[in-house]
Amino acid sequence: MIIIITNTNLGTGTETSGRADNRAFDELRKMKIEAGVLERADGSAYLEIGGNKVLAAVYGPRELFVRRLMQPNKAVLRCKYNMAPFSVDDRKRPGPDRRSVEISKIASEALTPAVFLEKFPRSTIDVFIEVIEAEGGTRCAGITAASVALADAGIPMRDMVVACAAGKSDGKVILDLSEVEDKEGQADVPIAIMPRTGEITLLQMDGNLTEEEFEQALDLAINGCKIISEKQKAAIKNRYGDE
Amino acid sequence: MIFVEDKEIVIPGDILADEEYNSGRGTFKENNKICSSLVGLVAIRDKKISVIPLQSKYIPKRGDVVIGEVTDIRFSMWNLEINSPYSGFLPASDVFGKEKRELNRTFDVGDVLFLRVVDVDEVKKVKLGLKGRGLGKFRGGILINITPTKVPRLIGKKGSMINMIKDETKCEVIVGQNGVVWVKGDPTMERVAEKVINMIEEQAHTSGLTDRVRDMLATLLGREPGSDDSEESENSEIEESEPEEETKEDEGINPNEG
Repeated sequence: MIIIITNTNLGTGTETSGRADNRAFDELRKMKIEAGVLERADGSAYLEIGGNKVLAAVYGPRELFVRRLMQPNKAVLRCKYNMAPFSVDDRKRPGPDRRSVEISKIASEALTPAVFLEKFPRSTIDVFIEVIEAEGGTRCAGITAASVALADAGIPMRDMVVACAAGKSDGKVILDLSEVEDKEGQADVPIAIMPRTGEITLLQMDGNLTEEEFEQALDLAINGCKIISEKQKAAIKNRYGDE
Repeated sequence: MIFVEDKEIVIPGDILADEEYNSGRGTFKENNKICSSLVGLVAIRDKKISVIPLQSKYIPKRGDVVIGEVTDIRFSMWNLEINSPYSGFLPASDVFGKEKRELNRTFDVGDVLFLRVVDVDEVKKVKLGLKGRGLGKFRGGILINITPTKVPRLIGKKGSMINMIKDETKCEVIVGQNGVVWVKGDPTMERVAEKVINMIEEQAHTSGLTDRVRDMLATLLGREPGSDDSEESENSEIEESEPEEETKEDEGINPNEG
């Protein structure tokens, strides 16, 4: 089967894709981003994609009191990803677990290349990602929201960071996996990019793909990121009322 | 080639112009292109292109005047929080000279001071001083936090905006470069000034602000008696008790802050 990836047939959904929610193979779930939703945070963002609801808050740059973490020449970007106990069907035990520690780490590593950390030596930028409802793809939603929150906080960045996943389910390479597609599928490839240069800041793969399928998934995910990127931009500009 | 207009809102990563322009504040150069690093408004002056941030943190600079709160008293200095990633310190010798006195008798934790940034060293230690006209401890009044980049907007051309607020509300207003504003006057007038200052912060990126501030001050001050009456008559029928309560509040603020 040959899959042609173009920008034009995105989101058409005319052919029956066989996906649970009747999306085309290269169609994103419905999404919404809002910037500046929290009063007390320096920057914040709220993001919904499909059944995911994610809040991101940024504090800083602020004084770092943990001396051993302090960097003499740049700021430290600390990320904390947390899932609310009510965010999933079965109550999740609150507190950090193996998965959330991993996502905290990869989120901070995905955002770090974009931020001019060297402008704030000896300080810290704290990013909090709270998952209120989860339906597959929360790490990508979290990174996308965190990037909007960073921009909203007025932190200088080389570019926005935008994340999106592609994968394989029912033997087909598809974009933006839902929870079911992720669980029952064969592979999940979440990526994060800086859209202006196309640099990849996060690339993970869970499952098995052939080299060819991987290339397809990567292209799909990059295209998905570019669409989400436009929504990010709109969200920030919307906050200030015009354009 | 230039890709943006003056005063356009840009976001991090937006390409602003080609290399024939000079890269100013809030921008950076990459692959012969000038890009924005901030969410802000484009400012083009001659061939220099910069981005004025809509939101920022205060980075201490030598010579700035700031408003800080005492957070800690050490053996020979006070530590102050100056609404910045870097806390400041005020050496005791700067206040007492060679004399030795107990530090907490002069300034205690929680006191709010008006200071000058004397020096910022390479490890971002911010040395503060009290030498200068008008510097010292505040007694009474309220503090309002705004984004440091909006301080020039609040002050206005040659202080036009801030003087208007001072004249209309009869309040003392002092603005620190770090975005902390101190207002003291009649409690109701303090509230008016607070509302106006918050409005300026919200709308700092729009034009024609001075006129809107003038209108807002007029309506707030004009409606004061009317709206106050209706509110108070609902709450309490005894109007005579009002002034007493107000003076109590006034006295209450002083010992707290001073």
